[in-house]
Order: sequence, then C-alpha cells, then structure tokens
Amino acid sequence: MTAQQLTNRARAATSPVMQGIGSGKRWLWRQAGWSGAVAKGMMLFGGMMTTAGCVSVNAPDKPIVIELNINIKQEVVYRLAADAGNTIKDNPDIF
Amino acid sequence: MLHSAPRIERSALARAGWAALAALALIAPASAQQRDPAYSAARASGQVGEKVDGYLGFPVPPSAETRRLADDINIKRKAVYAERADANGATIEEYAFSAGCQAISRTVSGEKYQAPDGRSWLTRTAAEPQRDPRCL
Repeated sequence: MTAQQLTNRARAATSPVMQGIGSGKRWLWRQAGWSGAVAKGMMLFGGMMTTAGCVSVNAPDKPIVIELNINIKQEVVYRLAADAGNTIKDNPDIF
Repeated sequence: MLHSAPRIERSALARAGWAALAALALIAPASAQQRDPAYSAARASGQVGEKVDGYLGFPVPPSAETRRLADDINIKRKAVYAERADANGATIEEYAFSAGCQAISRTVSGEKYQAPDGRSWLTRTAAEPQRDPRCL
C-alpha cells in the first residue's frame, strides 16, 4: 500500500517527486519560480489591457448615417412600377 | 298635395344634378391640369431636371423663381408619393425611386436628367436614357 497525502484537488501524491522528496524539491521550487514570473507577467499584461480599454471607450462624436437609397431592392421597384406609372399619368401637372 | 310632392322631389333632384355637373366642370380641369407653362419652359431649357430619387433637381444653379417652382412641385410630388407608398405598403423613398425611374424614361429630347451616379446631369436624346440598373 502506498502512502497518500492530502494534496488539495490534485492527484494523490504517490511518487517521491510529488511528495516533495529528493530532487523533486528543486523541481517544485523551479516550478513555483516559473509560475510566479508568469503570474507577474499576466498581471502586468492585464494592467495594460485595462488601461488600453479605458482609453478606447469613447462615444462616437458623429451620428451614424444610413444611406436609405442603397437599400431599395429591385423587387420593390418592380412591384411598384405599374402604380408609379399610373401616378405619373394621373398627375400631369407635377410630372 | 299628393301630386306635388314627387314633383318637388324631382326638381330638387334635377337641381342637385345640375349642381353636381357644375361642380364637376369646375373640378375636372383642376385635376386634369397640365404643366404650368413656367414649369414646361424650365424643363425645356434645362433649368430643372429629373433626379434619380423621383424629385426635380437643378442641373445649373437655379434662380429664386426656378427654385420656388421646383420646390412647390417637389412638395406636391412627395404628398402623392406618401399617399401611394402607404397604399402599396412601401416607403416613400422606395415609391419615389420607382416613380423617378419612369419620370426619367418620360423625359423628351433636350430635357435634363440625373445620371445613375446620382450626381452628374445628362441631356435626353432620342436614345434610351441611362438609368439605375434597378429600374425596369
């Protein structure tokens, strides 16, 4: 039967390395050093991201203009053609 | 008395008929009105032209009088477009554009019309006018 120690949510520590015995200690220390650097980097990066986000949040100063004319579809023009022709014929004073 | 009642009714009916006829005679020329001579002249001389959007525009800088004339017609056109667009379940812009296609087709030689680019002006010749590809 192998000795088991509580290792939070990680796998049960069954090997000497996982239990911090022998050379595993150095490895763990190195691991901690590396992850610490990564964590510092992540925090720095996160800080930069936050700053960048704050600067870029600006409301547009011009109203958004949608050109309606380009949205007229040929099907609509086709559907209205006969009626529009009659309208022109019925109003000769303004066409 | 029994005989006079229908007579009165008949004469009243006749009077109403004449009144209706007289009213029709007054209204008919107004609804079938032709172009104002000033408008015809402005079209022929290229002071006003047919735009792609269904309204009159100015190929050359307009005089105050020409501007007033075109504005007046454009307001009347918009009223007609609005009413017909509503009847057809379309937007005013859609209906006006459809009418503009046909108004450009109906120009005669020498009259001005707007090119499909919506900016430059062309003079109608005997050939078919250049129109937006969405026009029939």
